[in-house]
Amino acid sequence: MKKVATYLLLGIILLLIALLINVSLGSVSIPLKDVIKSFFNQEVSNDTWRYIILEYRLPKAFTAILVGSGLALSGLLMQTLFRNPLAGPYVLGLSSGASLGVALVIMGSSFFGGIAAGLFLSKWTLVIASSLGSFLVLLAVLGTSFKIKDTMALLIIGLMFASLTSAVVSVLSYFSPSQQLQQYIFWSFGSLGNLSWTELSLLFLFWCCGILLSIFCIKNLNALLLGEKYAKSLGTNLKQNRFFVILATSLLAGSITAFAGPIAFIGLAVPHLVRQIIPKNNHLFLMPSVLTGGAILMLFCDSISQIPGSELTLPINAITSIIGAPVVIWLLVRKKKLIF
Amino acid sequence: MKNSASHTKLSTKNLCIGYADKTVASGINLNIKSGELIAVIGTNGSGKSTLLKTIIGELEAKSGEVFLENEKIQQFSAKSIAEKISIVLTETHFSKNLSVEELVALGRHPYTNWLGILTEDDKKAIKNALALIDLTDKAKRKCSSLSDGQLQKVMLARALAQDTSLIILDEPTTHLDLYHKVFVLKLLKQLTKETQKAIVFASHEINLALQLCDQIILVNKGEVIQETPEKLIEDGHLEKLFPKNLIQFDAETKNFKVV
Repeated sequence: MKKVATYLLLGIILLLIALLINVSLGSVSIPLKDVIKSFFNQEVSNDTWRYIILEYRLPKAFTAILVGSGLALSGLLMQTLFRNPLAGPYVLGLSSGASLGVALVIMGSSFFGGIAAGLFLSKWTLVIASSLGSFLVLLAVLGTSFKIKDTMALLIIGLMFASLTSAVVSVLSYFSPSQQLQQYIFWSFGSLGNLSWTELSLLFLFWCCGILLSIFCIKNLNALLLGEKYAKSLGTNLKQNRFFVILATSLLAGSITAFAGPIAFIGLAVPHLVRQIIPKNNHLFLMPSVLTGGAILMLFCDSISQIPGSELTLPINAITSIIGAPVVIWLLVRKKKLIF
Repeated sequence: MKNSASHTKLSTKNLCIGYADKTVASGINLNIKSGELIAVIGTNGSGKSTLLKTIIGELEAKSGEVFLENEKIQQFSAKSIAEKISIVLTETHFSKNLSVEELVALGRHPYTNWLGILTEDDKKAIKNALALIDLTDKAKRKCSSLSDGQLQKVMLARALAQDTSLIILDEPTTHLDLYHKVFVLKLLKQLTKETQKAIVFASHEINLALQLCDQIILVNKGEVIQETPEKLIEDGHLEKLFPKNLIQFDAETKNFKVV
Protein backbone atom coordinates (compact mmCIF):
# COMPACT_ATOMS: atom_id res chain seq x y z
CA MET A 1 0.00 0.00 0.00
CA LYS A 2 2.79 2.40 1.00
CA LYS A 3 4.72 1.36 -2.08
CA VAL A 4 1.75 2.17 -4.33
CA ALA A 5 1.29 5.56 -2.65
CA THR A 6 4.97 6.32 -3.26
CA TYR A 7 4.67 5.34 -6.92
CA LEU A 8 1.57 7.50 -7.31
CA LEU A 9 3.22 10.50 -5.67
CA LEU A 10 6.22 10.00 -7.90
CA GLY A 11 3.88 9.76 -10.90
CA ILE A 12 2.18 13.04 -10.05
CA ILE A 13 5.55 14.82 -9.62
CA LEU A 14 6.67 13.40 -12.99
CA LEU A 15 3.40 14.56 -14.54
CA LEU A 16 3.97 18.12 -13.30
CA ILE A 17 7.53 18.09 -14.62
CA ALA A 18 6.34 16.73 -17.98
CA LEU A 19 3.68 19.46 -18.09
CA LEU A 20 6.25 22.18 -17.42
CA ILE A 21 8.65 20.83 -20.04
CA ASN A 22 5.85 20.44 -22.56
CA VAL A 23 4.64 24.01 -22.10
CA SER A 24 8.12 25.55 -22.20
CA LEU A 25 9.12 23.76 -25.44
CA GLY A 26 8.06 24.88 -28.90
CA SER A 27 9.04 26.92 -31.92
CA VAL A 28 9.35 30.01 -29.68
CA SER A 29 11.63 29.33 -26.75
CA ILE A 30 10.24 30.70 -23.48
CA PRO A 31 12.27 30.63 -20.24
CA LEU A 32 10.94 28.22 -17.60
CA LYS A 33 10.71 31.11 -15.12
CA ASP A 34 8.20 32.92 -17.35
CA VAL A 35 6.24 29.73 -17.96
CA ILE A 36 5.76 29.24 -14.20
CA LYS A 37 4.88 32.94 -13.77
CA SER A 38 2.17 32.76 -16.41
CA PHE A 39 0.70 29.68 -14.66
CA PHE A 40 0.18 31.78 -11.54
CA ASN A 41 -1.13 34.75 -13.51
CA GLN A 42 1.94 36.88 -12.65
CA GLU A 43 3.53 39.42 -14.96
CA VAL A 44 5.56 37.85 -17.76
CA SER A 45 8.47 39.71 -19.42
CA ASN A 46 6.88 39.38 -22.86
CA ASP A 47 3.11 39.61 -23.52
CA THR A 48 3.34 37.45 -26.63
CA TRP A 49 4.85 34.66 -24.55
CA ARG A 50 1.96 34.88 -22.14
CA TYR A 51 -0.49 34.67 -25.05
CA ILE A 52 1.33 31.70 -26.57
CA ILE A 53 1.32 29.88 -23.25
CA LEU A 54 -2.28 30.55 -22.21
CA GLU A 55 -3.96 30.35 -25.60
CA TYR A 56 -1.89 27.76 -27.40
CA ARG A 57 0.47 25.67 -25.32
CA LEU A 58 -1.59 25.19 -22.17
CA PRO A 59 -4.76 23.99 -23.96
CA LYS A 60 -2.53 21.68 -26.00
CA ALA A 61 -0.84 20.30 -22.87
CA PHE A 62 -4.19 19.79 -21.14
CA THR A 63 -5.50 18.07 -24.28
CA ALA A 64 -2.46 15.78 -24.14
CA ILE A 65 -3.23 14.97 -20.49
CA LEU A 66 -6.90 14.20 -21.19
CA VAL A 67 -6.12 12.23 -24.35
CA GLY A 68 -3.27 10.21 -22.81
CA SER A 69 -5.03 9.41 -19.57
CA GLY A 70 -8.39 8.70 -21.22
CA LEU A 71 -6.98 6.38 -23.86
CA ALA A 72 -4.78 4.55 -21.34
CA LEU A 73 -7.75 3.99 -19.03
CA SER A 74 -9.91 2.78 -21.94
CA GLY A 75 -7.15 0.30 -22.79
CA LEU A 76 -7.06 -0.99 -19.22
CA LEU A 77 -10.87 -1.37 -19.17
CA MET A 78 -10.89 -3.31 -22.43
CA GLN A 79 -7.95 -5.54 -21.43
CA THR A 80 -9.68 -6.50 -18.18
CA LEU A 81 -13.13 -6.90 -19.73
CA PHE A 82 -11.87 -9.15 -22.52
CA ARG A 83 -9.11 -10.76 -20.44
CA ASN A 84 -6.93 -10.14 -23.47
CA PRO A 85 -3.56 -8.37 -23.47
CA LEU A 86 -4.03 -7.27 -27.09
CA ALA A 87 -7.21 -5.33 -26.40
CA GLY A 88 -7.08 -1.54 -26.59
CA PRO A 89 -9.53 1.36 -26.59
CA TYR A 90 -10.31 0.89 -30.26
CA VAL A 91 -10.91 -2.84 -30.12
CA LEU A 92 -14.67 -2.40 -30.44
CA GLY A 93 -14.29 -0.50 -33.70
CA LEU A 94 -14.78 2.98 -32.22
CA SER A 95 -11.95 4.62 -34.15
CA SER A 96 -13.03 2.91 -37.35
CA GLY A 97 -16.52 4.28 -36.81
CA ALA A 98 -15.07 7.74 -36.26
CA SER A 99 -12.83 7.35 -39.33
CA LEU A 100 -15.81 6.36 -41.43
CA GLY A 101 -17.76 9.39 -40.24
CA VAL A 102 -14.89 11.74 -41.08
CA ALA A 103 -14.11 9.98 -44.37
CA LEU A 104 -17.75 10.31 -45.43
CA VAL A 105 -17.69 14.05 -44.73
CA ILE A 106 -14.31 14.77 -46.33
CA MET A 107 -14.22 12.33 -49.20
CA GLY A 108 -17.92 11.71 -49.60
CA SER A 109 -18.35 15.29 -50.82
CA SER A 110 -16.99 14.23 -54.19
CA PHE A 111 -19.82 11.71 -54.41
CA PHE A 112 -22.62 13.81 -53.00
CA GLY A 113 -21.74 16.93 -54.94
CA GLY A 114 -21.50 20.34 -53.41
CA ILE A 115 -23.86 19.80 -50.45
CA ALA A 116 -21.15 18.72 -48.04
CA ALA A 117 -18.34 20.47 -49.88
CA GLY A 118 -18.86 23.73 -48.05
CA LEU A 119 -19.18 22.03 -44.70
CA PHE A 120 -16.15 19.80 -44.50
CA LEU A 121 -13.75 22.61 -43.84
CA SER A 122 -15.33 23.35 -40.46
CA LYS A 123 -13.70 21.53 -37.57
CA TRP A 124 -16.99 21.09 -35.78
CA THR A 125 -18.28 19.15 -38.77
CA LEU A 126 -15.41 16.71 -38.37
CA VAL A 127 -16.05 16.44 -34.62
CA ILE A 128 -19.74 15.76 -35.18
CA ALA A 129 -19.07 13.29 -37.99
CA SER A 130 -16.49 11.47 -35.93
CA SER A 131 -18.77 11.36 -32.85
CA LEU A 132 -21.68 10.12 -34.94
CA GLY A 133 -19.51 7.41 -36.47
CA SER A 134 -18.25 6.25 -33.06
CA PHE A 135 -21.74 6.48 -31.60
CA LEU A 136 -23.29 4.34 -34.31
CA VAL A 137 -20.61 1.67 -33.91
CA LEU A 138 -21.09 1.86 -30.15
CA LEU A 139 -24.85 1.38 -30.53
CA ALA A 140 -24.27 -1.66 -32.73
CA VAL A 141 -21.77 -3.14 -30.25
CA LEU A 142 -23.95 -2.42 -27.21
CA GLY A 143 -26.98 -3.90 -28.96
CA THR A 144 -24.96 -7.02 -29.73
CA SER A 145 -23.58 -7.17 -26.17
CA PHE A 146 -27.12 -7.67 -24.83
CA LYS A 147 -27.75 -10.58 -27.18
CA ILE A 148 -24.39 -12.29 -26.89
CA LYS A 149 -23.30 -14.17 -23.79
CA ASP A 150 -19.70 -14.77 -24.81
CA THR A 151 -17.35 -11.82 -24.34
CA MET A 152 -14.83 -13.24 -26.83
CA ALA A 153 -17.53 -13.33 -29.53
CA LEU A 154 -18.17 -9.66 -28.78
CA LEU A 155 -14.45 -8.92 -29.26
CA ILE A 156 -14.51 -10.59 -32.67
CA ILE A 157 -17.70 -8.74 -33.64
CA GLY A 158 -15.93 -5.47 -32.68
CA LEU A 159 -13.02 -6.40 -34.93
CA MET A 160 -15.43 -7.25 -37.76
CA PHE A 161 -17.12 -3.83 -37.41
CA ALA A 162 -13.65 -2.30 -37.64
CA SER A 163 -12.81 -4.28 -40.81
CA LEU A 164 -16.12 -3.39 -42.39
CA THR A 165 -15.79 0.35 -41.77
CA SER A 166 -12.12 0.32 -42.87
CA ALA A 167 -13.16 -1.33 -46.10
CA VAL A 168 -15.74 1.41 -46.78
CA VAL A 169 -13.07 4.03 -46.02
CA SER A 170 -10.70 2.30 -48.48
CA VAL A 171 -13.34 2.41 -51.22
CA LEU A 172 -13.98 6.09 -50.52
CA SER A 173 -10.23 6.81 -50.56
CA TYR A 174 -9.80 5.01 -53.86
CA PHE A 175 -12.30 7.22 -55.63
CA SER A 176 -11.37 10.49 -53.91
CA PRO A 177 -9.42 13.39 -55.44
CA SER A 178 -5.93 13.77 -53.97
CA GLN A 179 -6.74 17.01 -52.11
CA GLN A 180 -9.55 15.41 -50.11
CA LEU A 181 -7.55 12.26 -49.55
CA GLN A 182 -4.76 14.40 -48.13
CA GLN A 183 -7.18 16.15 -45.80
CA TYR A 184 -8.45 12.82 -44.52
CA ILE A 185 -4.89 11.57 -44.01
CA PHE A 186 -4.05 14.69 -42.01
CA TRP A 187 -7.03 14.00 -39.74
CA SER A 188 -5.87 10.41 -39.28
CA PHE A 189 -2.43 11.65 -38.11
CA GLY A 190 -4.11 12.92 -34.96
CA SER A 191 -3.61 16.36 -33.49
CA LEU A 192 -3.58 17.79 -29.99
CA GLY A 193 -3.08 21.41 -30.90
CA ASN A 194 -6.40 22.38 -32.43
CA LEU A 195 -8.58 22.65 -29.35
CA SER A 196 -9.87 25.92 -27.97
CA TRP A 197 -10.71 26.28 -24.28
CA THR A 198 -14.43 25.72 -25.10
CA GLU A 199 -13.70 22.49 -26.97
CA LEU A 200 -11.35 21.44 -24.22
CA SER A 201 -14.10 21.94 -21.61
CA LEU A 202 -16.43 19.76 -23.65
CA LEU A 203 -13.79 17.03 -23.92
CA PHE A 204 -13.19 17.36 -20.16
CA LEU A 205 -16.89 16.83 -19.50
CA PHE A 206 -16.92 13.55 -21.46
CA TRP A 207 -13.63 12.55 -19.78
CA CYS A 208 -15.17 13.10 -16.32
CA CYS A 209 -18.25 11.02 -17.19
CA GLY A 210 -16.00 8.19 -18.44
CA ILE A 211 -13.81 8.31 -15.34
CA LEU A 212 -16.82 8.37 -12.96
CA LEU A 213 -18.38 5.37 -14.68
CA SER A 214 -15.04 3.52 -14.52
CA ILE A 215 -14.76 4.20 -10.77
CA PHE A 216 -18.14 2.52 -10.26
CA CYS A 217 -16.83 -0.51 -12.16
CA ILE A 218 -13.64 -0.94 -10.07
CA LYS A 219 -14.95 -3.70 -7.80
CA ASN A 220 -16.40 -5.78 -10.62
CA LEU A 221 -13.32 -5.28 -12.80
CA ASN A 222 -11.28 -6.82 -10.00
CA ALA A 223 -13.63 -9.82 -9.92
CA LEU A 224 -13.18 -10.17 -13.70
CA LEU A 225 -9.46 -10.84 -13.15
CA LEU A 226 -10.64 -14.32 -12.12
CA GLY A 227 -12.54 -14.85 -15.38
CA GLU A 228 -16.26 -14.46 -16.05
CA LYS A 229 -17.41 -17.68 -14.39
CA TYR A 230 -15.73 -16.91 -11.10
CA ALA A 231 -16.86 -13.27 -11.27
CA LYS A 232 -20.45 -14.47 -11.66
CA SER A 233 -20.08 -16.86 -8.72
CA LEU A 234 -18.97 -13.89 -6.61
CA GLY A 235 -22.28 -12.16 -7.28
CA THR A 236 -21.20 -9.90 -10.17
CA ASN A 237 -23.90 -8.92 -12.66
CA LEU A 238 -21.87 -9.61 -15.80
CA LYS A 239 -24.20 -8.04 -18.36
CA GLN A 240 -24.67 -4.82 -16.40
CA ASN A 241 -20.95 -4.55 -15.73
CA ARG A 242 -20.12 -5.15 -19.39
CA PHE A 243 -22.57 -2.42 -20.40
CA PHE A 244 -21.02 0.14 -18.04
CA VAL A 245 -17.45 -0.72 -19.03
CA ILE A 246 -18.24 -0.43 -22.75
CA LEU A 247 -20.11 2.83 -22.15
CA ALA A 248 -17.18 4.30 -20.18
CA THR A 249 -14.72 3.28 -22.90
CA SER A 250 -16.92 4.71 -25.61
CA LEU A 251 -17.30 8.02 -23.80
CA LEU A 252 -13.55 8.30 -23.30
CA ALA A 253 -12.19 6.91 -26.57
CA GLY A 254 -15.09 8.23 -28.66
CA SER A 255 -14.80 11.84 -27.47
CA ILE A 256 -10.99 11.78 -27.71
CA THR A 257 -11.08 10.49 -31.29
CA ALA A 258 -13.67 13.11 -32.17
CA PHE A 259 -11.47 15.98 -30.95
CA ALA A 260 -7.92 14.72 -31.49
CA GLY A 261 -8.26 12.07 -34.18
CA PRO A 262 -7.32 8.41 -33.80
CA ILE A 263 -4.23 8.08 -31.61
CA ALA A 264 -2.64 4.66 -31.59
CA PHE A 265 -0.46 2.82 -29.11
CA ILE A 266 -1.16 4.72 -25.85
CA GLY A 267 -4.27 2.73 -24.94
CA LEU A 268 -2.73 -0.64 -25.70
CA ALA A 269 0.70 -0.07 -24.19
CA VAL A 270 0.32 2.12 -21.11
CA PRO A 271 -1.55 -0.53 -19.04
CA HIS A 272 1.27 -3.00 -19.81
CA LEU A 273 3.95 -0.45 -18.94
CA VAL A 274 2.21 0.38 -15.66
CA ARG A 275 1.77 -3.30 -14.75
CA GLN A 276 5.54 -3.74 -15.15
CA ILE A 277 6.13 -0.99 -12.60
CA ILE A 278 3.20 -1.11 -10.14
CA PRO A 279 3.11 -4.35 -8.14
CA LYS A 280 -0.68 -4.33 -7.60
CA ASN A 281 -3.50 -5.69 -9.78
CA ASN A 282 -6.34 -4.06 -7.87
CA HIS A 283 -8.01 -1.55 -10.20
CA LEU A 284 -8.33 0.84 -7.30
CA PHE A 285 -4.55 1.35 -7.61
CA LEU A 286 -4.16 0.45 -11.29
CA MET A 287 -6.63 3.09 -12.50
CA PRO A 288 -4.91 6.18 -11.05
CA SER A 289 -1.54 4.74 -12.09
CA VAL A 290 -2.69 4.16 -15.66
CA LEU A 291 -4.29 7.63 -15.83
CA THR A 292 -1.05 9.26 -14.66
CA GLY A 293 1.13 7.03 -16.87
CA GLY A 294 -0.96 7.78 -19.97
CA ALA A 295 -0.86 11.52 -19.34
CA ILE A 296 2.94 11.52 -18.80
CA LEU A 297 3.63 9.47 -21.93
CA MET A 298 1.36 11.63 -24.06
CA LEU A 299 2.98 14.87 -22.81
CA PHE A 300 6.39 13.35 -23.47
CA CYS A 301 5.44 12.27 -27.01
CA ASP A 302 3.91 15.67 -27.71
CA SER A 303 7.07 17.47 -26.48
CA ILE A 304 9.11 15.43 -28.95
CA SER A 305 6.64 15.85 -31.83
CA GLN A 306 6.95 19.64 -31.78
CA ILE A 307 10.75 19.40 -32.33
CA PRO A 308 12.13 22.06 -29.97
CA GLY A 309 13.52 25.13 -31.70
CA SER A 310 11.91 24.25 -35.03
CA GLU A 311 8.61 25.25 -36.56
CA LEU A 312 7.97 21.68 -37.68
CA THR A 313 5.47 19.49 -35.85
CA LEU A 314 5.45 15.77 -36.51
CA PRO A 315 2.19 13.77 -36.52
CA ILE A 316 1.48 12.78 -32.93
CA ASN A 317 -0.04 9.44 -33.99
CA ALA A 318 3.33 8.37 -35.44
CA ILE A 319 5.36 9.69 -32.50
CA THR A 320 3.37 7.72 -29.89
CA SER A 321 4.27 4.47 -31.65
CA ILE A 322 7.87 5.40 -32.56
CA ILE A 323 8.66 6.37 -28.98
CA GLY A 324 6.45 3.94 -27.15
CA ALA A 325 6.79 0.65 -29.03
CA PRO A 326 10.54 0.21 -28.41
CA VAL A 327 9.97 0.94 -24.70
CA VAL A 328 7.39 -1.84 -24.44
CA ILE A 329 9.57 -4.23 -26.45
CA TRP A 330 12.53 -3.45 -24.19
CA LEU A 331 10.48 -3.98 -21.04
CA LEU A 332 9.08 -7.28 -22.24
CA VAL A 333 12.46 -8.57 -23.43
CA ARG A 334 13.96 -7.63 -20.08
CA LYS A 335 11.20 -9.45 -18.18
CA LYS A 336 11.36 -12.33 -20.71
CA LYS A 337 7.60 -12.93 -20.71
CA LEU A 338 4.30 -11.14 -20.53
CA ILE A 339 2.35 -12.19 -17.48
CA PHE A 340 -1.23 -11.14 -17.90
CA MET B 1 -19.94 -24.00 15.18
CA LYS B 2 -23.30 -22.44 14.54
CA ASN B 3 -24.56 -25.27 12.31
CA SER B 4 -25.41 -28.70 13.59
CA ALA B 5 -23.92 -31.64 11.70
CA SER B 6 -27.30 -32.68 10.30
CA HIS B 7 -28.22 -29.22 8.94
CA THR B 8 -29.22 -29.41 5.28
CA LYS B 9 -27.28 -26.92 3.15
CA LEU B 10 -28.64 -27.78 -0.26
CA SER B 11 -31.28 -30.14 -1.53
CA THR B 12 -33.12 -30.87 -4.77
CA LYS B 13 -36.62 -32.13 -5.40
CA ASN B 14 -37.50 -33.99 -8.59
CA LEU B 15 -34.82 -32.02 -10.40
CA CYS B 16 -34.53 -32.57 -14.14
CA ILE B 17 -31.27 -31.41 -15.75
CA GLY B 18 -30.19 -31.02 -19.36
CA TYR B 19 -30.09 -28.65 -22.29
CA ALA B 20 -32.82 -27.17 -24.48
CA ASP B 21 -33.33 -30.25 -26.62
CA LYS B 22 -31.84 -32.94 -24.38
CA THR B 23 -32.62 -34.28 -20.91
CA VAL B 24 -29.47 -35.55 -19.16
CA ALA B 25 -31.03 -36.88 -15.95
CA SER B 26 -34.34 -36.53 -14.13
CA GLY B 27 -36.01 -37.28 -10.80
CA ILE B 28 -32.95 -36.09 -8.89
CA ASN B 29 -33.43 -35.84 -5.12
CA LEU B 30 -30.26 -34.78 -3.31
CA ASN B 31 -29.63 -33.81 0.28
CA ILE B 32 -26.30 -32.15 1.09
CA LYS B 33 -25.61 -31.63 4.79
CA SER B 34 -22.97 -29.58 6.58
CA GLY B 35 -19.77 -31.33 7.57
CA GLU B 36 -20.02 -33.84 4.70
CA LEU B 37 -17.59 -34.56 1.88
CA ILE B 38 -19.54 -35.66 -1.16
CA ALA B 39 -18.17 -36.87 -4.51
CA VAL B 40 -20.12 -36.75 -7.76
CA ILE B 41 -18.94 -39.67 -9.87
CA GLY B 42 -19.90 -41.08 -13.25
CA THR B 43 -18.53 -41.88 -16.68
CA ASN B 44 -17.43 -39.24 -19.19
CA GLY B 45 -20.44 -37.34 -20.49
CA SER B 46 -22.78 -38.82 -17.88
CA GLY B 47 -23.82 -35.36 -16.65
CA LYS B 48 -21.70 -34.68 -13.55
CA SER B 49 -20.80 -31.17 -14.66
CA THR B 50 -24.36 -30.52 -15.90
CA LEU B 51 -25.63 -31.43 -12.43
CA LEU B 52 -23.14 -29.13 -10.69
CA LYS B 53 -23.78 -26.30 -13.16
CA THR B 54 -27.52 -26.58 -12.50
CA ILE B 55 -27.01 -26.55 -8.73
CA ILE B 56 -24.89 -23.40 -8.85
CA GLY B 57 -27.33 -21.70 -11.21
CA GLU B 58 -25.11 -21.56 -14.30
CA LEU B 59 -27.66 -23.75 -16.12
CA GLU B 60 -31.38 -23.53 -15.70
CA ALA B 61 -33.16 -26.65 -14.42
CA LYS B 62 -35.55 -28.21 -16.92
CA SER B 63 -37.98 -28.88 -14.07
CA GLY B 64 -37.98 -29.52 -10.33
CA GLU B 65 -36.51 -27.38 -7.55
CA VAL B 66 -33.18 -26.57 -5.93
CA PHE B 67 -33.37 -25.52 -2.27
CA LEU B 68 -30.64 -23.56 -0.55
CA GLU B 69 -30.94 -23.87 3.23
CA ASN B 70 -34.51 -25.12 2.73
CA GLU B 71 -35.59 -22.13 0.62
CA LYS B 72 -36.00 -22.04 -3.15
CA ILE B 73 -32.73 -20.86 -4.69
CA GLN B 74 -34.57 -18.39 -6.96
CA GLN B 75 -35.50 -16.37 -3.88
CA PHE B 76 -31.85 -15.48 -3.27
CA SER B 77 -30.04 -12.62 -4.97
CA ALA B 78 -26.74 -13.31 -6.77
CA LYS B 79 -24.93 -11.68 -3.84
CA SER B 80 -26.67 -13.83 -1.19
CA ILE B 81 -25.91 -16.98 -3.20
CA ALA B 82 -22.26 -15.85 -3.33
CA GLU B 83 -22.32 -15.66 0.46
CA LYS B 84 -23.56 -19.26 0.67
CA ILE B 85 -21.97 -21.16 -2.23
CA SER B 86 -18.40 -20.87 -3.50
CA ILE B 87 -17.00 -22.72 -6.48
CA VAL B 88 -13.65 -24.00 -7.69
CA LEU B 89 -13.51 -24.69 -11.42
CA THR B 90 -11.11 -26.59 -13.66
CA GLU B 91 -10.50 -23.56 -15.86
CA THR B 92 -7.42 -21.45 -15.20
CA HIS B 93 -8.22 -18.35 -17.27
CA PHE B 94 -7.61 -16.04 -14.32
CA SER B 95 -4.85 -13.43 -14.30
CA LYS B 96 -1.54 -15.11 -13.45
CA ASN B 97 -0.14 -11.70 -12.62
CA LEU B 98 -2.16 -11.78 -9.37
CA SER B 99 -0.26 -12.60 -6.21
CA VAL B 100 -1.60 -15.48 -4.10
CA GLU B 101 -2.80 -13.00 -1.51
CA GLU B 102 -4.55 -10.80 -4.10
CA LEU B 103 -6.31 -13.80 -5.62
CA VAL B 104 -7.49 -15.14 -2.25
CA ALA B 105 -8.64 -11.60 -1.32
CA LEU B 106 -11.04 -11.65 -4.28
CA GLY B 107 -12.98 -14.30 -2.35
CA ARG B 108 -14.14 -11.47 -0.07
CA HIS B 109 -15.89 -9.76 -3.02
CA PRO B 110 -19.47 -10.40 -1.76
CA TYR B 111 -18.70 -8.73 1.57
CA THR B 112 -16.67 -5.66 0.55
CA ASN B 113 -18.03 -2.13 -0.11
CA TRP B 114 -18.67 -0.66 -3.58
CA LEU B 115 -14.97 0.02 -4.12
CA GLY B 116 -13.93 -3.44 -2.92
CA ILE B 117 -11.93 -2.10 0.05
CA LEU B 118 -10.96 -4.81 2.54
CA THR B 119 -11.92 -4.35 6.20
CA GLU B 120 -9.97 -5.81 9.15
CA ASP B 121 -12.46 -8.73 9.19
CA ASP B 122 -11.79 -9.39 5.51
CA LYS B 123 -8.03 -9.35 6.08
CA LYS B 124 -8.47 -11.79 8.96
CA ALA B 125 -10.56 -14.14 6.80
CA ILE B 126 -7.88 -14.05 4.07
CA LYS B 127 -5.15 -14.78 6.59
CA ASN B 128 -7.15 -17.70 8.02
CA ALA B 129 -7.86 -19.15 4.59
CA LEU B 130 -4.15 -18.98 3.66
CA ALA B 131 -3.20 -20.62 6.95
CA LEU B 132 -5.80 -23.42 6.60
CA ILE B 133 -4.39 -24.41 3.20
CA ASP B 134 -0.81 -23.88 4.37
CA LEU B 135 -0.10 -21.07 1.90
CA THR B 136 0.97 -18.32 4.30
CA ASP B 137 4.60 -18.47 3.16
CA LYS B 138 3.55 -18.17 -0.51
CA ALA B 139 1.17 -15.22 0.01
CA LYS B 140 3.35 -12.70 -1.88
CA ARG B 141 4.25 -15.04 -4.76
CA LYS B 142 2.80 -14.45 -8.21
CA CYS B 143 0.40 -17.15 -9.46
CA SER B 144 2.55 -17.45 -12.59
CA SER B 145 5.32 -19.00 -10.48
CA LEU B 146 3.13 -21.76 -9.01
CA SER B 147 2.58 -25.35 -10.14
CA ASP B 148 -0.87 -26.71 -11.09
CA GLY B 149 -1.22 -28.37 -7.70
CA GLN B 150 -0.32 -25.19 -5.86
CA LEU B 151 -2.76 -23.18 -8.01
CA GLN B 152 -5.49 -25.66 -7.08
CA LYS B 153 -4.72 -25.00 -3.43
CA VAL B 154 -4.82 -21.23 -4.01
CA MET B 155 -8.27 -21.50 -5.63
CA LEU B 156 -9.43 -23.57 -2.69
CA ALA B 157 -8.10 -20.92 -0.29
CA ARG B 158 -10.04 -18.31 -2.28
CA ALA B 159 -13.23 -20.39 -1.87
CA LEU B 160 -12.52 -20.62 1.88
CA ALA B 161 -12.00 -16.85 2.12
CA GLN B 162 -15.47 -16.50 0.57
CA ASP B 163 -16.64 -18.10 3.83
CA THR B 164 -19.59 -20.06 2.45
CA SER B 165 -21.19 -23.07 4.09
CA LEU B 166 -21.08 -25.00 0.80
CA ILE B 167 -18.10 -25.37 -1.55
CA ILE B 168 -18.55 -26.97 -4.97
CA LEU B 169 -15.50 -28.13 -6.92
CA ASP B 170 -15.40 -29.34 -10.51
CA GLU B 171 -12.74 -32.06 -10.85
CA PRO B 172 -10.27 -30.59 -8.34
CA THR B 173 -7.74 -33.37 -8.92
CA THR B 174 -7.34 -33.06 -12.70
CA HIS B 175 -3.69 -32.58 -13.79
CA LEU B 176 -2.40 -33.77 -10.39
CA ASP B 177 -0.23 -36.81 -9.72
CA LEU B 178 -1.54 -39.54 -7.42
CA TYR B 179 0.17 -38.14 -4.34
CA HIS B 180 -1.27 -34.66 -4.84
CA LYS B 181 -4.69 -36.10 -5.70
CA VAL B 182 -4.76 -37.80 -2.30
CA PHE B 183 -3.33 -34.65 -0.71
CA VAL B 184 -6.12 -32.41 -2.08
CA LEU B 185 -8.91 -34.88 -1.26
CA LYS B 186 -7.63 -35.45 2.30
CA LEU B 187 -7.42 -31.70 2.70
CA LEU B 188 -11.09 -31.39 1.63
CA LYS B 189 -12.01 -34.14 4.09
CA GLN B 190 -10.14 -32.38 6.88
CA LEU B 191 -11.86 -29.07 6.04
CA THR B 192 -15.34 -30.59 6.27
CA LYS B 193 -14.54 -31.87 9.75
CA GLU B 194 -12.75 -28.73 10.98
CA THR B 195 -15.09 -26.10 9.54
CA GLN B 196 -18.37 -28.05 9.23
CA LYS B 197 -18.62 -26.86 5.63
CA ALA B 198 -20.29 -29.13 3.09
CA ILE B 199 -17.95 -29.88 0.17
CA VAL B 200 -19.20 -31.40 -3.10
CA PHE B 201 -16.76 -32.28 -5.87
CA ALA B 202 -17.03 -33.95 -9.26
CA SER B 203 -14.30 -36.50 -9.81
CA HIS B 204 -13.06 -39.43 -11.86
CA GLU B 205 -11.12 -40.74 -8.85
CA ILE B 206 -13.74 -43.32 -7.86
CA ASN B 207 -11.33 -45.45 -5.82
CA LEU B 208 -10.23 -42.47 -3.73
CA ALA B 209 -13.77 -41.11 -3.41
CA LEU B 210 -15.00 -44.44 -2.03
CA GLN B 211 -12.31 -44.34 0.64
CA LEU B 212 -12.62 -40.69 1.67
CA CYS B 213 -16.17 -39.45 1.12
CA ASP B 214 -19.16 -39.50 3.45
CA GLN B 215 -21.60 -39.66 0.56
CA ILE B 216 -21.39 -40.40 -3.15
CA ILE B 217 -23.64 -39.00 -5.87
CA LEU B 218 -23.55 -41.47 -8.76
CA VAL B 219 -24.63 -40.14 -12.16
CA ASN B 220 -25.20 -42.96 -14.62
CA LYS B 221 -27.41 -43.35 -17.71
CA GLY B 222 -29.88 -40.62 -16.79
CA GLU B 223 -30.18 -41.78 -13.18
CA VAL B 224 -28.77 -39.99 -10.12
CA ILE B 225 -28.33 -41.84 -6.81
CA GLN B 226 -27.02 -40.42 -3.54
CA GLU B 227 -25.78 -43.00 -1.03
CA THR B 228 -22.96 -43.73 1.38
CA PRO B 229 -20.03 -45.52 -0.30
CA GLU B 230 -20.82 -48.72 1.61
CA LYS B 231 -24.47 -48.78 0.52
CA LEU B 232 -23.50 -48.01 -3.08
CA ILE B 233 -21.16 -51.02 -3.12
CA GLU B 234 -23.67 -53.23 -1.31
CA ASP B 235 -26.40 -52.45 -3.83
CA GLY B 236 -24.05 -53.27 -6.70
CA HIS B 237 -24.38 -49.88 -8.44
CA LEU B 238 -20.68 -49.63 -9.21
CA GLU B 239 -20.63 -52.94 -11.11
CA LYS B 240 -23.02 -51.36 -13.63
CA LEU B 241 -20.97 -48.20 -14.13
CA PHE B 242 -18.61 -49.31 -16.94
CA PRO B 243 -18.93 -51.92 -19.71
CA LYS B 244 -17.48 -55.17 -18.33
CA ASN B 245 -15.11 -55.95 -21.19
CA LEU B 246 -12.20 -53.90 -19.77
CA ILE B 247 -12.68 -53.24 -16.04
CA GLN B 248 -14.77 -54.68 -13.29
CA PHE B 249 -15.52 -53.54 -9.76
CA ASP B 250 -14.30 -55.83 -7.00
CA ALA B 251 -16.62 -55.32 -4.02
CA GLU B 252 -14.21 -57.02 -1.62
CA THR B 253 -11.25 -54.73 -2.22
CA LYS B 254 -13.53 -51.74 -3.09
CA ASN B 255 -11.45 -51.26 -6.24
CA PHE B 256 -11.82 -51.32 -9.99
CA LYS B 257 -9.60 -53.95 -11.62
CA VAL B 258 -8.50 -54.47 -15.20
CA VAL B 259 -9.98 -57.66 -16.63
